[in-house]
Amino acid sequence: MPEASPALAEQFENLEQQREAARLGLWTFLATEILFFGGLFLGYIVYRHAYPHDFAVAGKRTNVFLGGANTAVLLTSSLTMALAVHAAQENRTKILVRCLLLTIFFGLVFLGVKALEYTQDIHEHLLPGPSFFAQGGSRAELFFYFYWAMTALHGFHVLVGICVLGVVAVLSARGHYSAGYHNLVELTGLYWHFVDIIWIFLYPLLYLIDRHS
Amino acid sequence: MAGQVDLLYLGLTLISVFYLALIFVPMTFCLFKYRRGRPADRTPIRLKTWKVEIIWTIIPAFMMLGLFGWAADLYYQMERPPASALEATVVGKQWMWKIQHAEGNREINELHVPAGRTIKLTMTSEDVIHSFYLPAFRLKQDVVPGRYVTEWFRPTKAGSYHIFCAEFCGADHSMMGGNIIVMAPADYQTWLNTGRPSDNLVASGERLFRELGCSGCHAGGTIIRAPRLEGVYGKPVPLQGGQIVMADDQYIRDSILLPASQIAAGYANVMPSYQGRISEEQLFQVIAYIKDLGDKQSPEEGK
Amino acid sequence: MNATGPIKAMAETEKNYLTAGHTLGSWLFTTDHKRIGILYLLSILLFFAVAALAAAVMRIELLSPHGHLVLNETYNKLFTLHGVLMVWFFLIPSIPAVLGNFVIPMMLGARDVAFPKLNLLSWYLFMVGGVLVLYSILVGGVDTGWTFYTPFSSTYSNTHVITMATGIFIAGFGSILTGLNFIITIQKMRCPGMTWFRMPLFLWSLYATSLILVLATPVLAITLALMALERIWGIGIFDPKLGGDPILFQHLFWFYSHPAVYIMILPGMGVVSELIACFARKAIFGYEWVALASVAIAVLGFLVWGHHMFVSSQSIYAGMVFSLLSYIVAIPSAIKVFNWTATLYKGSISFETPMLYALGFIGLFTIGGLTGLFLAALAVDVHVTDTYFVVAHFHYIMVGGMVMGFMGGLHYWWPKISGRMYPEKLGQLAAFITFIGFNLTFFPQFIMGYLGMPRRYHNYAPEFQIYHVLSTAGASILGVGYLLPVIYLLWSLRRGKKAPANPWNATGLEWQTPSPPPVRNFETTPVVITEPYDYSTELDEKNAEVENA
Repeated sequence: MPEASPALAEQFENLEQQREAARLGLWTFLATEILFFGGLFLGYIVYRHAYPHDFAVAGKRTNVFLGGANTAVLLTSSLTMALAVHAAQENRTKILVRCLLLTIFFGLVFLGVKALEYTQDIHEHLLPGPSFFAQGGSRAELFFYFYWAMTALHGFHVLVGICVLGVVAVLSARGHYSAGYHNLVELTGLYWHFVDIIWIFLYPLLYLIDRHS
Repeated sequence: MAGQVDLLYLGLTLISVFYLALIFVPMTFCLFKYRRGRPADRTPIRLKTWKVEIIWTIIPAFMMLGLFGWAADLYYQMERPPASALEATVVGKQWMWKIQHAEGNREINELHVPAGRTIKLTMTSEDVIHSFYLPAFRLKQDVVPGRYVTEWFRPTKAGSYHIFCAEFCGADHSMMGGNIIVMAPADYQTWLNTGRPSDNLVASGERLFRELGCSGCHAGGTIIRAPRLEGVYGKPVPLQGGQIVMADDQYIRDSILLPASQIAAGYANVMPSYQGRISEEQLFQVIAYIKDLGDKQSPEEGK
Repeated sequence: MNATGPIKAMAETEKNYLTAGHTLGSWLFTTDHKRIGILYLLSILLFFAVAALAAAVMRIELLSPHGHLVLNETYNKLFTLHGVLMVWFFLIPSIPAVLGNFVIPMMLGARDVAFPKLNLLSWYLFMVGGVLVLYSILVGGVDTGWTFYTPFSSTYSNTHVITMATGIFIAGFGSILTGLNFIITIQKMRCPGMTWFRMPLFLWSLYATSLILVLATPVLAITLALMALERIWGIGIFDPKLGGDPILFQHLFWFYSHPAVYIMILPGMGVVSELIACFARKAIFGYEWVALASVAIAVLGFLVWGHHMFVSSQSIYAGMVFSLLSYIVAIPSAIKVFNWTATLYKGSISFETPMLYALGFIGLFTIGGLTGLFLAALAVDVHVTDTYFVVAHFHYIMVGGMVMGFMGGLHYWWPKISGRMYPEKLGQLAAFITFIGFNLTFFPQFIMGYLGMPRRYHNYAPEFQIYHVLSTAGASILGVGYLLPVIYLLWSLRRGKKAPANPWNATGLEWQTPSPPPVRNFETTPVVITEPYDYSTELDEKNAEVENA
């Protein structure tokens, strides 16, 4: 199979520089994402410290099974993503495409489970507002504001990731990538692992702490 | 204390002038001597740059530490009120200051105080963040809704001094001012007696304690089991969940407004919230009463 | 080194970036960093004009203690508009997005930034944000101050807070992308031979600035979002009546906004380094120290946010930590000022307009920085915070510092940007007028601040009137100082003398291109073999002249 040769953008001297620039760019972007989520994490930690009892009461009501299942799904999707990158490095296009499709599949499962979970949450009066389960002074509602805000923001990032994966899968199927140059595959992998790591932090904070207190 | 702030300010000014001279004099000298076209010796100096850099890093660093220490020490004293003081409460709201003396006298936008005594203010806001600024005393404290802050001063000279609100709070922020009126002690007593209402802070608080129904659960002979409040103020309180908190003004306030957030150990979560049913001034009065109870022995301990 | 031979030939045959495409589309869809710089220049001038107009109205209102030029609410909206536009839509983009975009690739010997399309996206995000902010002003304005303190902004204000906050949010992403672009460009696209310590100091400053842009701005974004959500749904994150903490907002806000002020000064410092070196014909004294000081300022700048909150009811021990760190962050700035001054020693100094602005920067920034020591002193800050002392302090740094840096840089690179020289005498005159006007405007504010004049007041005690009158008088002079360059720079576009490639005989790769440069900057990638600011051969020749005379 002929080696794929991506276009060299005009501002770069060579492909190597282009590749490195894109990588550094993505790492920098991930740093901004950490700071962005960071504000929410900080707010959560401050209020958990201020209202431990209310947060414990609220935290028991998240669905630890669906949350746990999603954790398994996302971790598996990171595995398939890593396998996809490996396949690209080994010039094995068919496996690359399959692993990308699997990652997309697991991503969609994650979002599906999330949708199910959200529906159930609403039925159980966990949506802040007039029908919220705890009225009159309890700070449980604040816990759930963080829950909805953080999981929704994370879910949005998963959705964006799925779209990018779709594009990469199509390009891969068309033979765009080779062992010599598969930058976008690697960068997408980086982004996907990052999204996974954010979830690894969210899951214990929102589902596990004080569950059995 | 204001005099010491001015001294520090003077010190800072002198240091600044020193540094400015340190920069401007050599700069002006160079701008003249080394003007383009002016013959001068421009042979480069053989100098280890790092030696100079170290010197002009280390020396300013020590000066910075010195300034920090001086200011922090003075600040520490400014923020710790002496033990005995004349107390008054201040409630800031858009766009006025509502003040009440311990004796019960009320004022709006004015605070009469005797010279020579320490005055301690406990303050909160009804709505947004304000700031109680007394430029003559070099003092300022943001007044924050939902929490209590304190400010203290010791007036020495009789006169009228500005109160300004110093944290932007909306349309009439710049009108939200008043005066501290410092009087000779005898004059202050006269003023106090002429305007004094029938109830002082503690007595008003006791009345509210009954009227709002607090005594229904917290005083003797009740069905509902609620903590007795004698001897509580100023002591540690164990909470459900294992924490221990100090029963200070903030704790009492939070217990009245957000009772579900800090439940005393061994008690049920049945206290209703008084959010919206009690004003900030009334809270100060009830707290004054409970503080007064703090000196008394709890009936259970007495047995 | 003047343009001769091959470079001149290229200028005659090849189109330059200004003439390559005359349609509106060729500008609005450009990915050329130089054109994007111009787009930013035009937009920030618009925002500056609106904000300056607001300032003018405020200063006129403040001529009398109980003035009735505008209603209270209007005054509050004016200072909010002034702060928001000046901070986010003028100062933060000014040097980075205008001069940085234009100069960085050429200074590096590159053909463009790392991600040119992202660069254009940055400008569009900036513009969308700016339009939203202007819209929120036109439909009634916002009265919270640029600091949006809760619970006033989240619960009590009846103005278009969310629209304005959304505008700032969107523009913020533009600046994050610009910072990201610059980091990768500087890190990965230096031409052969340009090691880190051969980079001009302007690049070091912009690199440090970009680090802050990238790491701090996301926190602003989430903070504004939380404030907006609180306003819409009453979550109780900042509302004390629901158990929220209004001080949490201040911590989150200042965690971004303090580093933001370093975004607003570091680029100015970078320009000053270039100007001092060029117009004293001498390498910057202590180059490595100045370079690393930029990074130190960026890092330490993240640790001092609490000094905006000494009287906010935060713990006094937290106050002490922030005070100490604030004193420490002053040190790298002091190092820079010492090094610039030392550079003048045994230099060969001329006083063209850019140099006048650079010298003005050093003087005014030093005064502003020294007054920062007053503010870092806890016991003094209790008295002067939230007074005109602070207003004077930050205007000395932002206007006396950064805006002068911007003007100096704009004049310095004007020949490169436009291909024309500006009229030198007018330039020098404008610089003087600006300097005089600036000091008259803002020095009295230090005095009245210490005397107790609070900020954000349109109605004040009569004893402060004299200072306000002086200040307003100064402001009118300052206005003239700013208007002049607008006029003569525009004039120079048609009537200015055509500029050679290197009118200042400066070192730096950007001067190795024609004025104005071609679209691709360099035909062949340059190779760097000398240290930065290599004026030594020139100096040796001059010394030889003196010795032989």
